[in-house]
Amino acid sequence: MTNTKQKYILDLVTYILLILGAVIMITPFLWMVATSFKLPADQFTKTLIPNPATIKNFTDLFGTHLNFPLMFYNSFLISGLITVGQLLTCAMAAFCFAVVNFRFRNLLFTLLLITMMIPSQVTLIPNFIIFKWLHLIGTKAPLWIPAFMGGAFGTFLLRQYFLTIPRDLVDAARVDGASLLRIFWNIYMPLSKPALAALAIFTFQGAWNDLLHPLIYLPAVPNTTLTVGLAFFQQQITQGGKYTVLMAGGLISILPLILVFFFAQRQFIEGISLSGMKR
Amino acid sequence: MEYGLKPLGKERFWLLLLLAPTIIGLILGAFGSILATIVLSFMRWDLLSKPVWAGLENYTALFTNEKFYIALTNTIKFSAMYVPGVVIISMFVAILLNRKIRGITIFRTIYFLPCVTSAVATALIWNMIYGKDTGILNYFIQSLGGKPICWLCTNNAMLSVVIVNIWGAIGEGMIIFLAGLTAIPREYYEAAKVDGANGAHQFFRITIPLVTPSIFFVTLISTINAFQAYDYIYMLTRRSQGDSSVPVVVFSIYRNAWNFFNYGGASAQAIELAIIVIALMAIYFWMEKRYVVYE
Repeated sequence: MTNTKQKYILDLVTYILLILGAVIMITPFLWMVATSFKLPADQFTKTLIPNPATIKNFTDLFGTHLNFPLMFYNSFLISGLITVGQLLTCAMAAFCFAVVNFRFRNLLFTLLLITMMIPSQVTLIPNFIIFKWLHLIGTKAPLWIPAFMGGAFGTFLLRQYFLTIPRDLVDAARVDGASLLRIFWNIYMPLSKPALAALAIFTFQGAWNDLLHPLIYLPAVPNTTLTVGLAFFQQQITQGGKYTVLMAGGLISILPLILVFFFAQRQFIEGISLSGMKR
Repeated sequence: MEYGLKPLGKERFWLLLLLAPTIIGLILGAFGSILATIVLSFMRWDLLSKPVWAGLENYTALFTNEKFYIALTNTIKFSAMYVPGVVIISMFVAILLNRKIRGITIFRTIYFLPCVTSAVATALIWNMIYGKDTGILNYFIQSLGGKPICWLCTNNAMLSVVIVNIWGAIGEGMIIFLAGLTAIPREYYEAAKVDGANGAHQFFRITIPLVTPSIFFVTLISTINAFQAYDYIYMLTRRSQGDSSVPVVVFSIYRNAWNFFNYGGASAQAIELAIIVIALMAIYFWMEKRYVVYE
């Protein structure tokens, strides 16, 4: 057997396996899209092309009884605040760790890295008790306030990037009399846009998709997030809800992230590689 | 401490301000919380009446509590299927994608899609797919001549949930493996070819050893994720009163705290979970020293 023939067969097998896998990966999404355009009476038909197709499931979502727009707004606001908080406070700390020389720097950084290993369940109950004591249960505050207290993942990711910025820039700015804050805000932040974008996407995605925390702090429909709302609607199905409307809701809820993913795929992938490779 | 700017005069104050959120977060959010959870685990408290010191009661109760035993076994079973599943499948996909074929971006996008979208939303459709009489999965099985399976009944729910969780995680694993694979220098393979090594030889002697850092990292994060898995399990198997047909430890913690107002017991379970995870991490890092090859 010649080498080229062997390669040809191997390529063919590769394609077959990859396409088979891709079908498994994407079928649930296609099925979701298909169902969301079907008539409620056709919700269990086994066709991928809805016939007849309708957009009534989507308009139903914006009917008053579901209050879907409010949940969408809540998810957007909370995720936005969390993203701003993380970008700002993680960048602040990352700058200190990467650029400034101060006592206890290594100790503080090590402590921060250790927190990455802590399962989040351990911190859940005390946080809940604090927010209950502050009478903030049922408000959005417990969901976004912790994001303004830095975080190991974001700080680590940004620090890695800050370390790649040439130190000559800092020295030159220092000679010109620039202060610490100026160097941070006018040199490091603008130069780190790719890393900041990657972290922003990651943080927003995590916040948007979070279920456990809203379930604890904002458990009541309708003034809650999309994830809790969708879980609630799913429960209602057994009492005569429509899968078609549920799928429309699910589709709308994932659409913003899918759009971001298509436009910023590189940042997504870079974020993972950054966190994964340079440990 | 050789590198770095020295803060001058007033700048010490600014430095402290820049670090303040992180320091507060470390005290309040991380280490303070752990300490508080440990203290809570020795108490009986429903947050309404006064807390009562319970000593080791919450911990001894864990040994006799059959529900917790089931939850712990479920978490371990789940991890034992999920972690190898994610590592092996995502490595396999990455190796296929690394064969310099056409359409790599399209494949990468499709495989990564479940990592972008929320588990809650995709679980809605998986719930439909798994439907016993109405789902497409059983439709396919029946059209192939098989018997319909009750995917989300108690007997099969664990496997069904593991499948969905793996489906949702291989995208991320694949990206990490791809980064590791592309970092292997081509010359290694060319040198091996000159020495007459065949494909299998190259794979086991070059590829596998050099992707051990990726294997280690994907195993590490999959394990952390497995012990915290919640979303898909909640969406696919929950029953009334916070119960589930696949109750894992996180479920048990949530249920004890927010359905039964047993915050002490829930804290003890959280601590137990943390101890298991930390012990596993210690084993992993010990194995990393022994088996992982860094260039």
